[in-house]
Amino acid sequence: MRFHHLFASVALGFATLAASGAKAVEIEYWQYVFDTRVKAMNQLIAKFQEANPDIKVKQTTFPYADYQTKVAAAILAGQGPDVVQLFYGWTDNFIAGKMIRPLRAEAFPAADIERDFFPIVSAMKRGNDYYGLPTAVRSLALFYNKKAFKDAGLDPDNPPKTLDELVAAAEKTTKRDGSGNIVSAGLTLDMAGQDHHWWREVLVRQFGGAPYTDNDTKVTYNDEAGLKALTFYTDLQKKHKVGQVGFMDEGQAAFRAGLAAMTIDGTFRLGSFNTIKGFEWGVTELPANDQGVRSNYASYFANAITMKAEGEKLAAAEKFLAYVSSPEAMKIWMEVVGELPARRTAALTPENVAHPVYGPFLKGLEYAHTTLFKDEAAQRQAAMDMVNRVLIGGEDPKASLAKAAEDEQAIIDRAMR
Amino acid sequence: MSVVADREAAPGGLWSRMSLGQKHVIWAWGFLAVPLIFYAVIRFWPTFQAFYLSATDWSITRPASFVGLENYRRLVADPLFWQVFRNTFMYLILGTPISLLISFVVAYYLDRVRFMHSFIRALYFLPFLTTAAAMAWVWRWFYQPVPIGVINDILSSFGIPQQPFLRSTSQALPAVLAPAVWAGLGFQIIIFLAGLRAIPVTYYEAARIDGLSEGAILRRITLPLLKPTLVFLVVFSSIGFLRIFDQVYNINTNDPGGPLNSTKPLVLMIYQTAFSSYEMGYAAAQTVVLFLILLVISLVQLRLMRDR
Repeated sequence: MRFHHLFASVALGFATLAASGAKAVEIEYWQYVFDTRVKAMNQLIAKFQEANPDIKVKQTTFPYADYQTKVAAAILAGQGPDVVQLFYGWTDNFIAGKMIRPLRAEAFPAADIERDFFPIVSAMKRGNDYYGLPTAVRSLALFYNKKAFKDAGLDPDNPPKTLDELVAAAEKTTKRDGSGNIVSAGLTLDMAGQDHHWWREVLVRQFGGAPYTDNDTKVTYNDEAGLKALTFYTDLQKKHKVGQVGFMDEGQAAFRAGLAAMTIDGTFRLGSFNTIKGFEWGVTELPANDQGVRSNYASYFANAITMKAEGEKLAAAEKFLAYVSSPEAMKIWMEVVGELPARRTAALTPENVAHPVYGPFLKGLEYAHTTLFKDEAAQRQAAMDMVNRVLIGGEDPKASLAKAAEDEQAIIDRAMR
Repeated sequence: MSVVADREAAPGGLWSRMSLGQKHVIWAWGFLAVPLIFYAVIRFWPTFQAFYLSATDWSITRPASFVGLENYRRLVADPLFWQVFRNTFMYLILGTPISLLISFVVAYYLDRVRFMHSFIRALYFLPFLTTAAAMAWVWRWFYQPVPIGVINDILSSFGIPQQPFLRSTSQALPAVLAPAVWAGLGFQIIIFLAGLRAIPVTYYEAARIDGLSEGAILRRITLPLLKPTLVFLVVFSSIGFLRIFDQVYNINTNDPGGPLNSTKPLVLMIYQTAFSSYEMGYAAAQTVVLFLILLVISLVQLRLMRDR
């Protein structure tokens, strides 16, 4: 009798195991550790699973420093994620390594993507295929310390709108000690932070040039416009003395500590700046040039489907990708992470555009450029070294600019080989 | 029963014919094999593979193809490599003598201190226990310009103009080296102290009876008898400075090895080539070069300082 019971329960156990195994498809999602991003993704997964009880999504996270290496190693070993988060700048690498697959046009029609998303999503397009879709996008804006503005006799509700006004405001808000050392900067100079984007995609264009041509494979900033842009930037330290590279180590640290009146940074900094207690700050669009030309740099992490996903997992992965790129997901992401929705309709609601913080970033998205980096770290280094040669080495800006263009072209050529 | 007995007898045939000595040898090798195989698989195999990789253009995402000595040719033509090469030797040439001199002087006098001897020794050893990353972050703030940086605050309070330290191509390397030397002192002092204690007291007593001066005792007795300790520390600290990484990487995380590569050591270049640009083949070629440098330097030092 007891034996029969045992047998029955074991059989039942097997049956349920088999049934659930056949029913629920489990797919894996990978992203790097960043508290709010993980939290937001957990919410999205819960909602997705509620709507799709036959699909289970497992989220795996690890530190950003190892992220790219681990993803590459895992996928090439036939393991790892079905849906993976990647920086748009890594797309070429991931495609070359046969790690991600193009999105099926039936599931994600290109025309729909181009109609609904901000134009910067084209950085995920190769030929006619899209290789991933972002949930959220980031852009740059000018953060300013309202208290510092008031103390310097500036109107805290009227931040600089042009480059000339920026320099004037920076000059008024800079504080120096008896020997002329800066004790509080007017504008942070941090090429390692976001300034290299500001220089490359904004200043170069505002002085009449273009940083690259041919899908960002040819460096074209070594001209009159590039020289003007570089001189404008280095003069902030050399001539106007309103900031100093390395002051307080990082621009964002100086701003947080109330020791810099202005800093250029991205949406991703909002979470950190929201915890500032000592003073009130505001955000405004990046300053225009004399002719009113504006530009911005936008970037994003996209989600893509890997080569590992096949059959029913592929179908589940497509459903999941569609959900995390939906307006609903974007709304949740914006509330939890603070990043801007990648769909125009979800982003450009009257409420968002009028928002004192999100508004300036959203306006920036309309005219933003996205650099198609081949080796982001190395290209950033080339820009940093260019400025350092002028500021530390005392080199002529023209020579330094030429060297930077040559170095960066070599980096791009090598990566494209 | 008989079945069991048969089974034991069968393999026992060869085993029982062996002498006790042979059995000992087999057992010994059996146990030794475990760490040996482990070491071979974890250490030597990847080392050999690095030699092979250095002749390919593997980049993680793309399959490797054989390129011969191309990576080495590129390395020799790369001005960055030669700068990094110079930096690496600057760390060695400045770091080893300075740290050994300081630690010897400290150990020499600490050896004579009786009052709170262990406490002072512990204080010197403390930095050695500190994480290099944490230390580098603290020193980074020491080197800041005036409102924040302690060192510049002190300088300007004496009316000395503030120094750029990490923001200068000439001062950055010594500035990075200082915490590295400071962190290693504790270990070297302990080793020197042990070496000093190992010298028999009777030699000193005899020398003093013969009326030798303290300087002569140091030159004639202490230093020659300290030679084994010195050889060990020179080799050990040279290898340490030749593969310096964490102090450099952490003191300037936004521009590791900067400004303008003035503090970049070879190991950092390898790291960036491999894990930032993903040029594994090129990075492997750099590691082979580092391996050869370490090998040559260690052999030369051992030879120079060998007892004749």
